[in-house]
Amino acid sequence: MAKLIMVEALNLALKQEMQKDKTVVCFGEDVGKNGGVFRVTDQLQKLYGEDRCFDTPLAESAIAGTAIGMAINGLKPVAEIQFEGFSYLTMNQMFAHGARIRNRSRGRFTCPMTLRFPFSGGIRALEHHGESPEAFFAHVPGLKVVIPSTPYEAKGLLISAIRDPDPVIFMEPKRVYRAIREEVPEEEYAIPIGKARIVQEGTDVTLIAWGAMVRECLEANAMFQQKNISAEIIDLRTISPWDYETVLQSVQKTGRCVVVHEAQKTCGFGAEISATIMEKALYSLKAPVIRVTAPDIQVPLLKLESFYIPDEHKIVAGVEQAMAG
Amino acid sequence: MLEEMFQILDHEGNLNESLRPSVISDATLKDFYEKMLFHRMADNKILLLQRQGRAGTYASIKGQEASQVGPMHALRKQDWLVPSFRELSAMLMRGVPLKSVYLYWMGNEWGSHVPADVRVLPVSIPVGSQILHAVGLSRAAQILKKDEISVVYFGDGGTSEGDFHEGCNYAGVFKTPTIFICQNNQWAISVPRKMQTASKTIAQKADAYGFFGIQVDGNDVIAMYQATKDAVERAKSGKGPTLIEAVTFRLADHTTADDAKRYRDEKETAFWTARDPMIRMEKYLAKKNLWDEKYRQALEERFSAEIEKAVEEAENTVSKTDDMFDYLYETMPAHLTEQKKLWQS
Repeated sequence: MAKLIMVEALNLALKQEMQKDKTVVCFGEDVGKNGGVFRVTDQLQKLYGEDRCFDTPLAESAIAGTAIGMAINGLKPVAEIQFEGFSYLTMNQMFAHGARIRNRSRGRFTCPMTLRFPFSGGIRALEHHGESPEAFFAHVPGLKVVIPSTPYEAKGLLISAIRDPDPVIFMEPKRVYRAIREEVPEEEYAIPIGKARIVQEGTDVTLIAWGAMVRECLEANAMFQQKNISAEIIDLRTISPWDYETVLQSVQKTGRCVVVHEAQKTCGFGAEISATIMEKALYSLKAPVIRVTAPDIQVPLLKLESFYIPDEHKIVAGVEQAMAG
Repeated sequence: MLEEMFQILDHEGNLNESLRPSVISDATLKDFYEKMLFHRMADNKILLLQRQGRAGTYASIKGQEASQVGPMHALRKQDWLVPSFRELSAMLMRGVPLKSVYLYWMGNEWGSHVPADVRVLPVSIPVGSQILHAVGLSRAAQILKKDEISVVYFGDGGTSEGDFHEGCNYAGVFKTPTIFICQNNQWAISVPRKMQTASKTIAQKADAYGFFGIQVDGNDVIAMYQATKDAVERAKSGKGPTLIEAVTFRLADHTTADDAKRYRDEKETAFWTARDPMIRMEKYLAKKNLWDEKYRQALEERFSAEIEKAVEEAENTVSKTDDMFDYLYETMPAHLTEQKKLWQS
């Protein structure tokens, strides 16, 4: 089986879905001839032509808004936004319309589109190129928010996103784009949206993460083992709608929980997870839910970035806090 | 501005026969008149309903009937209409049932659930944002090689929004089969047209996007028809988009929550009242012995009955709380199922 990095796995998913379904099209800035600045759409224009893989003018609201119109009229658009910092420009279109057209028309018009973009940091990038806006999108009813953590996950989840009848925000952790190489099946497979993955079973503490933080948790695991802590690590995969059943079952078993996310603490998705656990599994908890997150500041430029992002040490400290309480 | 705009029927009811489209017979003009009258009455009904607490806030089309009836007559069955929120006339022309229009303004989402063969998107409240949807619809038609055109409406205020620029720009680049109709009714609530842009006309903005723009007397239903017909031919033959600036006037307040007397001059309103699209039609038809007061009264009686029937049907439609939950996604996620149960208990 071929070993692929995430970029290649995403490219394979797109290639195969575009082969299978002629209504799947992809577009965005530099997506066509250049194959995307991260090469996720590499070769697709050559394979499928300019009608199905194309460059757009530099206009994010247009990328999202025209995708909505295309989705209403028979296409399955996979629209790329070049970096997460520019996803803010799509928010009016996605929040005011993409998320709502089905409900607004009581199902007469629907929006089967995917809006995908690289997100999150740890690569010493420019401003707006290392942030984590998943909570904004998760707060909007009518959208789905999906975040893969590995190449294998990325292919299966992107296939599901493309096939989903509703608008999916697909956020790709760029730190992992090239960092993990693993076996990715050539044949098609779809990983369900809304279902979390138990990466590693354990008994002492439930660790919940997504995107690049899943790997950080796995690397921190060596330190847990040294301290004789058996951690159950969950990759949430979908932020909205999230798999609270799997999380609650785990917390009922372990009694302790640590959520790890790169986004800022306040109103980060960890707050939602924590509140839900409190509402539905309070009496299983032996300690408060701990959130290991970034502080409530803007993502710093590269000189200070490593102080901002949760790393193995911060994760271990969080787990120790959960074990102590 | 007013001297240069494209016109076939002036406000005195004089029709320039040399510009008259061959398909627009006097019978067609009578039909246009009847439609505009029906739309004016249907529109006025909602104002009354709102005052009685039977409908919510409403944006009247009064005075803008010609800029909607004319263009819609030029479209084919498969073409799309993308409205803003002041297009009752255009929506009725395209087959949206009057009952549905009333349902919407009474605050029931089912009003936007148009029949399967009616290609009209729901009312769009965020100004100008629908322009991108129209461009997307026609881009999809282009990619799928379907002969479909989309027409999008917006006002003079809408041309100041970024989405107008992005939409026109994108449409120009890809030569999408899109017709942009700006109902320049001179006012965006209380902000006059000259404060929206320093451009001499809105039509000329098309030049910047690389496509054809034309300023038309928006109260001249024949000129609006012809300009749109030309735009349809242009789009059909792959020559790309058209921007039509319909010069008209918002005879009513912005919405039922507004009072135009606070910021508008009575003289301006009087000037435009004389240019009402219906008055000039009555004058023309009267000259041809095709109109008189009795005829109008008979129409009003017939239309009144139709309107009352639509109001009754709309008011007899029950709103179910289930509906608030059932249409968020194709398949309801677990958390929503739980919440629906909780909220309904």
